[in-house]
Amino acid sequence: MRPSAMALLAAAPWSGDVVPARAQMATTLGFHIILACLGIALPTIVLLAEFIGLRRHDETALRLARRWSQAMGVLVAVGAVTGTVLSFEMGLLWPGLMRRYGAVLGLPFGIEGLFFFLEAIFAGIYLWGWRRLPGWAHWWSGVPIAVSGIFGAMSVIAVNSWMNQPGGFTERNGRIMSVNLWQVFFNHAALYEMPHMILAAYMVSGFLVAGVYAAGILRGRRDRYHYSGFALGFVPAAALTPFQIFVGDTAARAIAHDQPVKFASMEYVARTSRQVPEWLGGVYVNGRIYGGVKIPYLDSVLVGFGPGTRVIGWDSVPPADRPPVVWLLHLCFDVMVGLGFVLLLAGLWAAWAWWRHRRLPRQRLFWLLGAVSGLAAIVAMECGWVVTEVGRQPWVVYRLLSTTQAATANGGIVTSLSLIIVVYAVLGTATIAILRLLARRWRRGEATEAAVPYGPPLSVDQPAGPLDSS
Amino acid sequence: MADAVGAILLASVTLYAILGGADFGGGLWDLLAGTTRRGRAPRALIEDSITPVWEANHVWLVFDLVIFWTAFPRAFAAVMNAAALPLWLAAGGIVLRGAGFAFRKEVSTLSVQRVAGAAFAFSSLLTPFFMGTVIGAIATGSIPAGADHASLSAWTSPTALLAGFLFVAACGYLAAVYLVGEAARRGDRRLQAYFARRAQVGAIVAGALSLAGLAELSTSNPALYARLTGRALPLVVVAGVCGLAVFALLLAGRTKGIQVVAALGVAAVVWGWGVAQYPELLPGTAVTLTNAGAPQATYTALVALFIVAVLLIGPSFALLFSLQRRRMLSPSEHSPAPPSEPLRLQLRHR
Repeated sequence: MRPSAMALLAAAPWSGDVVPARAQMATTLGFHIILACLGIALPTIVLLAEFIGLRRHDETALRLARRWSQAMGVLVAVGAVTGTVLSFEMGLLWPGLMRRYGAVLGLPFGIEGLFFFLEAIFAGIYLWGWRRLPGWAHWWSGVPIAVSGIFGAMSVIAVNSWMNQPGGFTERNGRIMSVNLWQVFFNHAALYEMPHMILAAYMVSGFLVAGVYAAGILRGRRDRYHYSGFALGFVPAAALTPFQIFVGDTAARAIAHDQPVKFASMEYVARTSRQVPEWLGGVYVNGRIYGGVKIPYLDSVLVGFGPGTRVIGWDSVPPADRPPVVWLLHLCFDVMVGLGFVLLLAGLWAAWAWWRHRRLPRQRLFWLLGAVSGLAAIVAMECGWVVTEVGRQPWVVYRLLSTTQAATANGGIVTSLSLIIVVYAVLGTATIAILRLLARRWRRGEATEAAVPYGPPLSVDQPAGPLDSS
Repeated sequence: MADAVGAILLASVTLYAILGGADFGGGLWDLLAGTTRRGRAPRALIEDSITPVWEANHVWLVFDLVIFWTAFPRAFAAVMNAAALPLWLAAGGIVLRGAGFAFRKEVSTLSVQRVAGAAFAFSSLLTPFFMGTVIGAIATGSIPAGADHASLSAWTSPTALLAGFLFVAACGYLAAVYLVGEAARRGDRRLQAYFARRAQVGAIVAGALSLAGLAELSTSNPALYARLTGRALPLVVVAGVCGLAVFALLLAGRTKGIQVVAALGVAAVVWGWGVAQYPELLPGTAVTLTNAGAPQATYTALVALFIVAVLLIGPSFALLFSLQRRRMLSPSEHSPAPPSEPLRLQLRHR
């Protein structure tokens, strides 16, 4: 979880005033997106565990659900506040964007607000209702969180995809004259960005959960509790991976059509041509590609199912309209796709072992893979966002508004960026530390599930007592 | 239609003030609760009351921002540019408040709890203050219509600073009144009296700051002052009466209905400001509700959105609050390790 370092790397090659603002947006968004993934998908996984627990009277599954929802309490809080920072930054960093298009892109955000409400309200009920709400009533109180997670994600992605494929409004002399909410929300890019991100959220959350228990199993904790925890995360995530690869492939083809220059940068297509090769890896510097593997014709085949397909290169637009640092885009794209296939293989391995032997693989390599699968999913997702966002440059709203025009003219962003990096580093470290602390406490068997009366400070001279001090 | 959206924005701001504001106030009383031993019971009550609801209450802020930038993008950009510094500080405060509060519950080492608790409590004080200065800057007409640079003078005028202090006092006042009710519901007489005293202090301070702000406004923005004492006068009177009523009820030891009356008083202040400023959005400029940059279709969509929100969010909030009132939601479930006092107070204690 080092989004800040990644953001700096991503921002380094640019010059001009807009760099600190971009770096700050990248840092805060790169950080929040991990929590957003957990906010979207973790409730479903917790509900799955609770469902199995209630249905089969499975104590282990119920214990997992209770513990996960305690971790969820911390993650939801950090996600809520880091998400709020982004709302502020929309105006503080990009006043030019909001002044001109706030009336358009604000509408999906408004819809997102509704689902954010439902999420927060029912999280309050679900997370703190474990003890007093009866079993199935408690389970149902969590369902709106999972549902609104998906719709909330759709709304936010509607905004981002609209920035990539703006439409659904008319504009005269820089003033918005009319807006069609439906066309704004379901813009062309939304059709592939929405499923891509929601599946990514489920993969990140599922593999992260699985990774925690795979690490435990590697350390010799081979009990039913750990295998259940692993399976509850791994199975949904691995089952969704092939769909994600299909959606991603469709998205790439759509981008070749909708945003050819972004696609050209992703695939090192300098000149519009046919029989375009596919580059795996490689660094593009001054017209040369160092260290990549070249597969002839493959790019044309991927774009149009035949080597004769014409692929538009970045020479189709003047240099000022091309994204900066194509090698970053290309490598991020390759890393994302590569990790996607590694995760697919892990899932296939498990499926094969289950089919042949009715058990999970015994090989240490599989569990090592499982332990890092969450991290891999996060890296893949972050790389995907770098491709989307850097690839749209120099535009903030594709072909309508440049990032430079949108950025704040206020100075001091370098200062706020530095502060944010420090604060978020502490925040990230503290969040991980607290999750580890919870895990340690659970392992030591401190009875968090037992009825612990709310005990105010355990001071030296005074043991914890009941609430009423009168 | 723009007027309707203006009213929706003001209603959402009101809800943030009376719900989210009280959560900040809880942090204020947590900060002032004293040493570990003395502050034990009040901190426990604050923790118990805020935990299940603060995130839902906090969403009103996000909703306010979204409605503001969607319906009035030009005004939004101007405010965000001119008042950038206090807004950054408020955003930072929000992060520290939420994270500090969530972390404090889960950590078990007392010293770490103190750091997290201090982050929660201090930022509960700073965040409403900076938000108040921004509103003060708007009300005094210090935000130019085409603002493209941060301005220090906009939010450091006496009126803006008074507004900042007023926000803190109002949050503390609301929180104390709500906590009186919470203590009464738990049958804890001692805590009820404890927070009743603080609610009375809060009422006096908030009342004094309101009057001072009003006096200051008569010179800093005479037009707004004239309308506050003109067409908005009934609301100003309602605010005053509510404040006095809460004060009197607390003196009499009555707790029934005081939460509603206190919330009504704060709501009257917000609406008084709104009515006095109408139809101007940024006083002192030509920016009004109707020319702040959104087309008719956007207003229609926002009104529809708000109707859906009322139908969907209203019952959900009602469920959350009623479960909370019936004490069906217990933070104790997950808190073997409770909060403690902030760092500063501990140092003094030594």
